[in-house]
Amino acid sequence: MKTLLRDLRDFFVSLKLTVALLVFGMLLVFAATLDQTNLGIWGIQQKWFRTFIVWQEVRGISLPIFPGGYFIGGLLLLNLLAAHIARFTFTGRKAGIFLTHLGLILLLIGELLSGLWQEDFHLRLNEGDTKNYAESYRDNEVALTDITDATFDHVVTIPDALLERHASVQHPKLPFRVVAKAYYPNSLLQMRGPASPPSLATTGLGLEVVAAPQPMTYKPNEANLPSTYVELVAPDASPGTFLLSTGLVAPQRFDYGGRSWKITLRPKRIYEPFSLTLVKFSHDRYAGTAIPKNFSSRIKLTTPDGRDDREVLVSMNNPLRYAGLTFYQAGFENNDRTSILQVVRNPSWLLPYVACAMMNVGLVAQFGLHLVAFVQKRRAKLSVPAVA
Amino acid sequence: MKPSLFPALVALGAVVAVALTLQAPRNPGDYDVVAFSRLPTLVNGRLKPLDTVARTTLLLTQGRQRVTTPGGTTLTPGEWLLDVLYRPKVADTYPTFEIVHPEVLALFNLATTDGAGGKRFSAQQLAGHLGELERQAKLADGTESALRTPFQRAVVQLRESVILYQRLQHSLNDASSTDFLDRLARFEQALPAGLAATAPRGGANPHGSEDAKLLLEMSTVFSSLDSFAYLRTIPSEKPDDPTGWKTAGGAWADSLAQGRIAPAALTFAAIGRAWQLHQPEAFNQAVRSFRASLDAAMPAVMAKCDLEARFNSAQPFSTSASLYVLAFLVAVISWLKWPRALGQVAFVFVSIAFFLSTAGIVTRMWLEARPPVTNLYSSALFVGWGAVALCLVLEYFFRNAIGSVAAGLVGFATLLIAHHLSLGGDTLEMMRAVLDSNFWLATHVVTVTIGYSATFLAGFLALIYVLRGVFTRSLDNATADALTRMVYGIVCFATLFSFVGTVLGGIWADQSWGRFWGWDPKENGALLIVMWNAVILHCRWGGLVKQRGLMALTIFGNTVTAWSWFGVNMLGVGLHSYGFMDSAFWWLIAFVASQLAVIAIAGLPLEVWRSFQAPAART
Repeated sequence: MKTLLRDLRDFFVSLKLTVALLVFGMLLVFAATLDQTNLGIWGIQQKWFRTFIVWQEVRGISLPIFPGGYFIGGLLLLNLLAAHIARFTFTGRKAGIFLTHLGLILLLIGELLSGLWQEDFHLRLNEGDTKNYAESYRDNEVALTDITDATFDHVVTIPDALLERHASVQHPKLPFRVVAKAYYPNSLLQMRGPASPPSLATTGLGLEVVAAPQPMTYKPNEANLPSTYVELVAPDASPGTFLLSTGLVAPQRFDYGGRSWKITLRPKRIYEPFSLTLVKFSHDRYAGTAIPKNFSSRIKLTTPDGRDDREVLVSMNNPLRYAGLTFYQAGFENNDRTSILQVVRNPSWLLPYVACAMMNVGLVAQFGLHLVAFVQKRRAKLSVPAVA
Repeated sequence: MKPSLFPALVALGAVVAVALTLQAPRNPGDYDVVAFSRLPTLVNGRLKPLDTVARTTLLLTQGRQRVTTPGGTTLTPGEWLLDVLYRPKVADTYPTFEIVHPEVLALFNLATTDGAGGKRFSAQQLAGHLGELERQAKLADGTESALRTPFQRAVVQLRESVILYQRLQHSLNDASSTDFLDRLARFEQALPAGLAATAPRGGANPHGSEDAKLLLEMSTVFSSLDSFAYLRTIPSEKPDDPTGWKTAGGAWADSLAQGRIAPAALTFAAIGRAWQLHQPEAFNQAVRSFRASLDAAMPAVMAKCDLEARFNSAQPFSTSASLYVLAFLVAVISWLKWPRALGQVAFVFVSIAFFLSTAGIVTRMWLEARPPVTNLYSSALFVGWGAVALCLVLEYFFRNAIGSVAAGLVGFATLLIAHHLSLGGDTLEMMRAVLDSNFWLATHVVTVTIGYSATFLAGFLALIYVLRGVFTRSLDNATADALTRMVYGIVCFATLFSFVGTVLGGIWADQSWGRFWGWDPKENGALLIVMWNAVILHCRWGGLVKQRGLMALTIFGNTVTAWSWFGVNMLGVGLHSYGFMDSAFWWLIAFVASQLAVIAIAGLPLEVWRSFQAPAART
């Protein structure tokens, strides 16, 4: 038993493990880079890095092919911690190495946290538009809005994760149950006809349009078009099954129980405690060319309490940081009249800065020490023949 | 001759030879072509001398700057440009299009024997089949550029060259008519009267005068010239606003609206007439007075144009490439004979070449008002520069000519790569919006590039160790130890710079795109270099490798760095894929194969190493 424990300890503190993990890490990074041509930058992060095991579909069967980022990164973290606890004695000469590795530990933790916590949204503003929410790139939600009262909307949203599980949702604000019958992350909308695939819809636009499931796309210039069939079940006279899709832009309306409702599938929204108005988007080009020189959005920022009411300029390399969110100039469309901002929430954004500062100081100290020692030795050596 | 005098004499000779290449260019005949070449123009968003346009166009269409006419005379780029601009029919006979793909030649019914040097053809030879070229290029457009066949690539590239050539021909002159400049002269005289005739109230004569008819005809020509012209040579009226620069066609069209002709438009017509009618005095007079007016209006622009033209003709990077080769040869010989004297000579050659490269890079920085690395081309220059700088330091400490050999090798190789990258067009490009940040270019890009330099240098030193050890008897104990120390030191240096550079890149990404790390291919490439250097250091510290193992690992660093530098650009995905390139793929494969081969050689048993066959065998 004792020898087993010692073997285990020796395994976890060994430098051989470090080297092996680094090499495995390199293979992982290399393979993931190549895979980006197929899966895109978001797809590879899920498949290769934010996972314990990398699965690859071979002829329809999912096979584990490689340890994932969490596995390798986690072991490296263990290895580092174990080595420092078991072997390391702190001396001035080794302060640099110690600091470097401490920084690395922090960096690994930071990457783990931003993988878990970081959220990306985008905000699409036409000139003159005001919005107080941003939309998710990938996540969608079914929104049910009670519009009976002209002055106030009640909104209930159901995230796509629940739709994918074919969940049945009973919400206290809704007089009916919402049952997800099918969810297609990517689909093709067609007119309903004799040749079209079977439809589950019994009411609304789904009587004329049908959604055919499609494989997900990861190409940068293509977008997925999710669709879902949702049944609204009530004790009496159920409203029926709707076809909802982000491709159907206008919400579908229906009446139930003496109240008016809207139902739609839309990108998941994050509401902000302030609103942004696009005053002007500018797209500067170099004289006589189409080469972009700068993109910038002049934006009016207002809070409901009236504390902030000012104009800000978001441009390339100059984001706006406000209320824990960061707004970056990400793109434009519609003949330079629509600005697209990327909105990121990452509570752990400061960690990499701290970690990297520690590692930089550590490396400079360590290699600086080497260099000084080398130069001194060399001087001593060279001075001998000069005298002779 | 005293041994200590010999290196000094060689150094003096080299300095004199180099100084001769830096002399101001001289005019080949009576025309002041040099002064003409220094006149500014706006192309691709940058004000540059016409000389640069001539040279980059020639590099793009035929891969070299020299033009030989069918009659056998050699033209300077400036003379060639004048013929293209003003004597299009003559220029069409010059063989300035390089075509090597046999199937592309077949499109034009041409054989290699029809071309100058077997591969250069004239616009005249291509003229009959340009429609077919356009059709084939359109077919190729449908294929994603990374997936195109060599034929499709050749077709697309040739179309690009032909269009560029035709746009140049239509910049100052209507190449489709023979008497454009004469009609321009008539237009100039007819302008006041003609304008009066076409004016709304003065237009009493419904059929218009001859003058009005000419004005109408010319206005169509002007607008087509304005839309097709490549050069914007008519200066902006506000000297500090580059958007105001116009094409000649545009300026002439404006004269119709304003009733006043821009003086520069008249000048370029006068220059053209003088060039066509073989009147050197009129030519020189027109160039000189135009130049004087520019000097008064925009002295800063003209200073830059002068320097750039001078820089173009001096070609400092090509001179230093030759010097690096010389240094390499001399240093290798120094291992066999006269180590002291030849070692010093090699060191002198490396120093001069390094000085020239430095001057070249600094000139480019001043012209562009940017930090040294802005695109793939300048990264090649800078990788070489950084590695040679480290070599000079090594040579200063060790004095065993190893630094000079490595400097010659890396210096020449990177300049060769740079030369091939320069064939794609002007290497001083405007920065795209996302990269337009001098602060990050100066910190992140420079540090990462130094990291590349150091990793390559360590790899090349390791190559020297293995090749010398296996194939010669010259790797004695002292040299082997010195090389090991050099490699170890440079790997430490490389680790530091790659790491700091990668981190700075993360901070830049966080500042501009909202995430510190996004697993973008270029980021991953940099990360691989850092990780590999960490592997080398940990193997060394843990005693997992000795000298030979260290060398093998370090050589593999070359392939990792080459992948990060060029390989990821070939994927054609990601935010950093600004330097896309296709033909280099096979070179990358060949380079990786060669490195793996040397690693295999390093794995040979010690009995095979010629240096270690001596009685005192080493581990």
